[in-house]
Amino acid sequence: MKGASVGRFVERAIITFSWLAGAILLTVICAVTGYLCFKGLKTMSPALIFGSTDPMSALLLRQRVFDGLFPAMAGTLLLVLMSVGWAIPIGTAAGIYLAEYAGGGTKKIFNLLFDLLAGLPSIVIGLFGFSLTLFLNRHVSKELHPCLLLSSIALAFLILPYIIRTTQIALENLPVQNRLTGLAMGATRLQNLFHVLLPQALAGMVSGVLLAIGRCAEDTAVIMLTGVVASAGVPRSILSHYEALPFYIFYISSQYADQQELATGYGAAILLLFICLFLFAVAFVIKKNLPCQVFSQR
Amino acid sequence: MTAGSERVVERLFFAAAFVSAFVTVFIFGFLVYYGLPLFSGGRFIEILSSPWAPHQGSFGIYPMIVGTLAISMLAMVFAFPLSMGCAILISVVSRGRLSKVIRKVVEAMTGIPTVVYGFVGIFLLIPLVRNVFDAGSGMCVLSASLMLAVLVSPTMILFFCDSFDRVPRSYGHAVLALGGTRIQQFLHVTLPCSWPGIVVAVTLALGRAVGDTLIALMIAGNAVQVPGSVFDSARTLTSHIALVFAADNESLEFKAIFACGVSLYLFTTILVLIIRLAVHERGKCGQVR
Repeated sequence: MKGASVGRFVERAIITFSWLAGAILLTVICAVTGYLCFKGLKTMSPALIFGSTDPMSALLLRQRVFDGLFPAMAGTLLLVLMSVGWAIPIGTAAGIYLAEYAGGGTKKIFNLLFDLLAGLPSIVIGLFGFSLTLFLNRHVSKELHPCLLLSSIALAFLILPYIIRTTQIALENLPVQNRLTGLAMGATRLQNLFHVLLPQALAGMVSGVLLAIGRCAEDTAVIMLTGVVASAGVPRSILSHYEALPFYIFYISSQYADQQELATGYGAAILLLFICLFLFAVAFVIKKNLPCQVFSQR
Repeated sequence: MTAGSERVVERLFFAAAFVSAFVTVFIFGFLVYYGLPLFSGGRFIEILSSPWAPHQGSFGIYPMIVGTLAISMLAMVFAFPLSMGCAILISVVSRGRLSKVIRKVVEAMTGIPTVVYGFVGIFLLIPLVRNVFDAGSGMCVLSASLMLAVLVSPTMILFFCDSFDRVPRSYGHAVLALGGTRIQQFLHVTLPCSWPGIVVAVTLALGRAVGDTLIALMIAGNAVQVPGSVFDSARTLTSHIALVFAADNESLEFKAIFACGVSLYLFTTILVLIIRLAVHERGKCGQVR
């Protein structure tokens, strides 16, 4: 009987503990988002982005925005587009190779290396990007300094493993009969891949790309070592310094001069939070609702 | 499409995979190459174990290694029970809608940018720690590890839940059929069966905690010292890279950040190998089914 009552006590304790843990987690997350919204929502206005500049002339790059987030947002947007532009073709092709062509031994080695790349801290990737800059500066062109181009290349390495993995998993999870039908009807391996397998795996691949975009938009450590600066305006070329939203948040948190600047920092944090959560939600919906079945046999 | 062009496309696929894999090795080579004067003649071990005193010509990163370990281990001490509790809540205790809602919230949490955690940490957590513990500036090991715990918990929770779900249903049903409760089922069947998944989750979370730059950089205070208590300020390997990078560019002092980079790279390699082993174990477990 004593054993039974101890057992009941343990059971109670576990249940109470789990509710407590859940409550703590939800409290923390409500505190984080609630605090940001409480402090920052009142800054949400066109002035947060464009400052005292006329929005139209800022968008047309006729006037530089000094007291708004526009240059940082433009920098982040360009950075994301360029990194994803590098990473998608290479990552998708590598994912296809891994899922469809690689044999046992090769696949094992590649898998290990991609796991390692995915696990590397982003500051290490940033350090690599910086040493690449040093190398190129010494051996290729003296004109090369930390800039948007090199940042985007370094960031591409950061997101490459995500894109490879999601492509690979999306392809490997396709049912065997879908895989065989095309081949049985005389399609070559590549025709089968492009006309049957890839269209069906598209949803998984797209959601992976969206998560990678989120990762690009939020990463600070890589760009810190490869060319982001606190004040540069909208980047004029891919070889110039640039501003970015996450770095702006980091910079403001330690270097703010007055309450006005700090308020902009809160605004930027909310903006980045919403952008990332939005991307996350879209990726989730795509993964859930668009199985992209060419053959509706299931 | 001809057979020839088909082969060309296949070659391209291979080239892409090869380049991506090569980069991983290449990164290590670059870090070692640029830190070279510090690595030659067995000096690497010396650097790992000696103090940081640039004016006396000593560029050891020992304080940063201790700082990194202290902050990330303490973060794991907070995050592990929290994540285990939440995972039990999601997969065992709560049922139906509530469980799904909590899971959605946890999933969304993985999308919150690190820099936002750091920002909120500075203005919300640090004053809190300062007032509650009366701890100087509040920028200390404790603050950083609390915030890191929040950062790594969602990943850990999702991996815990996933490994609980992988345990075959029939095992659990056997317990229930014998008159056991769902908690007994969890304690005696689910938990013992899912240990490889738990190892994977903890290792991944540790990797994130060690590799994260922004939180420690923003709220750990960054003093170069071996922290004596959780209320001391500390500097991690990652923030050391960011800070020295911003300060200086051509000296031996600067080269030391490559030693930090190499240490982080090697640490990551060890973690990845541990994860591989655990996943391999889980594979074996699957064959029993």
